Amino acid sequence: MGYRVKAEVMDAEAVDRALTRIAHEILEANKGCGDIALAGIMTRGVDMANRLAARIERIEGTPVAVGSLDISFYRDDVSIRLAPEVHTTDIPYPVDGRTIVLVDDVLYTGRTIRAAMDAIMDYGRPAAIQLAVLVDRGHRELPIRADFVGKNVPTARRERVKVLLEELDGRDAVLIMEDDGEGE
Amino acid sequence: MLTSKHIMTMDDLSADDITLILDTAESFAEVNQRRIKKLPTLRGRTIVNLFFEPSTRTRMSFEIASKRLSADGVNFTASSSATVKGETLRDTAKTLAAMSCDLVVVRHKYAGAPQMLAEVMDCSIVNGGDGVHEHPTQALLDLYTMRQALGRLEGLRVGIVGDICHSRVAGSLVPALRKVGATPVIIAPPTLMPARPDVLGAEVAYDLDEVLPSLDVAYLLRVQFERATRMPFPSNREYAMLYGMNLARMERLPSHAVVMHPGPMNRGVEISADVADSTRSLILGQVESGVAVRMAVMYLLLGGADSGAAA
Amino acid sequence: MALLLRGGRVVDAAAGIDEVLDIVIDNGVITGVGADLESPGAEVVDCSEKVLLPGLVDVHVHLREPGQEYKETIASGTRAAAHGGFTAVACMPNTDPVVDSGSKVRFVVERAEETAVVRVYPIGAVTAGQSGEQLAEIGDMVAEGAVAFSDDGHGVGSAGMARVAMDYIRRFDVPYVAHCEDVSLAAGGVVNEGVVSTRMGLPGQPALAEELHVAREIALAELTGCRVHLAHLSTAASIALVRDAKARGVSVTCEVTPHHLFLDEDAIVVYDTNLKMNPPLRTAADREALVAGLLDGTVDAIATDHAPHAPHEKELEFELAPFGTTGLETALSLVNTNLVASGTIGWAEVTKVMCHGPRASLGLPEMRLEAGYPADITIVDPEARVEVTAEWFVSKARNSAFLGSSLLGKASDVLVGGAWALRNGKVVG
Repeated sequence: MGYRVKAEVMDAEAVDRALTRIAHEILEANKGCGDIALAGIMTRGVDMANRLAARIERIEGTPVAVGSLDISFYRDDVSIRLAPEVHTTDIPYPVDGRTIVLVDDVLYTGRTIRAAMDAIMDYGRPAAIQLAVLVDRGHRELPIRADFVGKNVPTARRERVKVLLEELDGRDAVLIMEDDGEGE
Repeated sequence: MLTSKHIMTMDDLSADDITLILDTAESFAEVNQRRIKKLPTLRGRTIVNLFFEPSTRTRMSFEIASKRLSADGVNFTASSSATVKGETLRDTAKTLAAMSCDLVVVRHKYAGAPQMLAEVMDCSIVNGGDGVHEHPTQALLDLYTMRQALGRLEGLRVGIVGDICHSRVAGSLVPALRKVGATPVIIAPPTLMPARPDVLGAEVAYDLDEVLPSLDVAYLLRVQFERATRMPFPSNREYAMLYGMNLARMERLPSHAVVMHPGPMNRGVEISADVADSTRSLILGQVESGVAVRMAVMYLLLGGADSGAAA
Repeated sequence: MALLLRGGRVVDAAAGIDEVLDIVIDNGVITGVGADLESPGAEVVDCSEKVLLPGLVDVHVHLREPGQEYKETIASGTRAAAHGGFTAVACMPNTDPVVDSGSKVRFVVERAEETAVVRVYPIGAVTAGQSGEQLAEIGDMVAEGAVAFSDDGHGVGSAGMARVAMDYIRRFDVPYVAHCEDVSLAAGGVVNEGVVSTRMGLPGQPALAEELHVAREIALAELTGCRVHLAHLSTAASIALVRDAKARGVSVTCEVTPHHLFLDEDAIVVYDTNLKMNPPLRTAADREALVAGLLDGTVDAIATDHAPHAPHEKELEFELAPFGTTGLETALSLVNTNLVASGTIGWAEVTKVMCHGPRASLGLPEMRLEAGYPADITIVDPEARVEVTAEWFVSKARNSAFLGSSLLGKASDVLVGGAWALRNGKVVG
């Protein structure tokens, strides 16, 4: 199946502003960064988490712990498809009693977040789990909502939302892709 | 996805398959360091450990691997002795097939038992050791351990020492090393060499001391001939003298080289106690890797659209 | 009842004929072989496009009766023989109990009279119970109709025992049939020692296990003057030993099986127990040496070592399954497909190695397509196609190494003493 770009809903500047806003919101909601740690979901969530951590440190002057989470083994569709590539999860901080902010690029059905919550719980008992996403595109299949959202983007199910990040893709942008065949 | 539905011999795996298994195993190794070493990945899948030969470490390793992936593991232990009149292997396989399990790990006294299961069962078969033929997951965990310790597999020279012709470990490790671009060197008295070592594609040596300085890994096989009617060597003492790994021989290895053994060890025969317990011994690391590698194998065989029920 | 076999290609190396002729049979005996024969009142059988051979014999079969009737019986085994184009078989004594006394030979002879559709020549055991320790009652068995003696299955272990046996058997002018295997060298091997044993992780038996005993039996034949027939030779060196012995004038003959002629160890790629036989399939070079031996006359006979087993016995782990493949029903088709159709040998040579050679080796009555000889005739349809499927077999057993093969040519009809044992491809009786 092929996809073509239907619209660019965020450009580099918009992504940058959204991340900065989210960093502020996280600090505001948690009254500082004393007890929080970030956990980026593979793969783009990890880069986002690193950027948010950098912003938070700039604002607060203290570093915030960042980890990366691969949720391949927690997916509920392992028997239908394997993850093309499994990465090693790295949560370098104790989870017990902490507020963990999950970071992902796109919030869609909610299944990834469900898996990520299970994964985090296997490391310990966090005080709370919050969720930060760059884009919320709707179509939830589970009772999950994001605490911090860069942009709400209404989409059709057959469309795809593609987040581009400097680290992996060479530039920052959010695209809506339209499929010209079978949808995802 | 892996090339084959089964892992019965190393022939079932391509070089890419091996890399995928080892990479996946690294992620599982991380899980095995956690306080809660359990994943929901294979919830609702049934894995049968079908062991016709006594085995502690291999069976436990598979069992722990299946439990950590939340699969329902069932152990079936039976005698494969030809003199014990019981159900045939084929009938056992048909019985298991009727219970619709998802993966069977089989350990059997005779070569070809996994292939026989695959003929009558639809599920994936993993060979946990068949006769003196193959033991592919042992080879995979050995590769994993070598890669962890030495940072690469390609170009390594791995000396496999001992009872080559009766060793299913060597039967899988030699082709496995070749697939990843390493050089297996088999070292044994001629009485413990296979009939046609050239078929295996390994370098052949009879004098351990001569090859020691060229090895990256010295892999000692278990020798067990106490009760054999035609011992292939005069005594354990002479074996240890000519082929046993001891401190003096370890000194002759390059400084980066490591020592491995699939276990269980005969201390004082193929390996001396001080070598086994030295920092250059990866023996416990092999056991540890075993669980992660077997988790990876189970995950990769049972995941994907083609294997079993939809989610 | 008179028969006129009209217009078939009549081939017989012993009679020195190979041309389109008629054969007249009266009262079970050939009364005429010639062109445009007439026989008023005789049933005329159109044999155009067919090849007529003197009755083929398989001098190495296991009929399993008495004792293992679930594998095969004298009735089912001889029906399989007729299906494969044989008019006679010689059956091995490793039954349960072992045929090692006159009364047991008589049992086989009588069962054959009652139930067999082709001639059955019993072979008696060399040693009591084939245990290799004490001579069986050779003289009593000869009196009851045993044609030869063999401890086939494992051979006579000790050279001393073999020497005593040959010395004794010589007195009766019957052959000692040798299963050549040094058990201490074979060491429980289930395939040829070499590439396949290494690759498949199976215990191997070296070619030397056979060759050492071939050399021993030839030397003992020289020492004792006993006629020795070497069964199922499988290696190049075995054939070379026989070639040398024959050149020296030793009274030794030998046979090879179709599976050793037409298969080698490379066929073993999965754990197919139908390819487990003793001696095991050897190398391609060995196989070529057997064919060469067949061409230069070193090999006297093709014999199948027909070894039927029940499916549940062969459906075991390779190392546990019993040795053996069936052979009676595929031998002639294999010979045609691999040797005759390819032009390697002609039908005259086929009569040498499947009729005259084996008969001479075991001292069985000669059969010729000549007036005065019994009407034991194999009629071959050389163009018929044979798909070797499990259902195709008339034998009780299905354990053929050639299962799944597509072969060319088969026996369409078989006459034994002028009576049909096979008619239009169907076994009679």
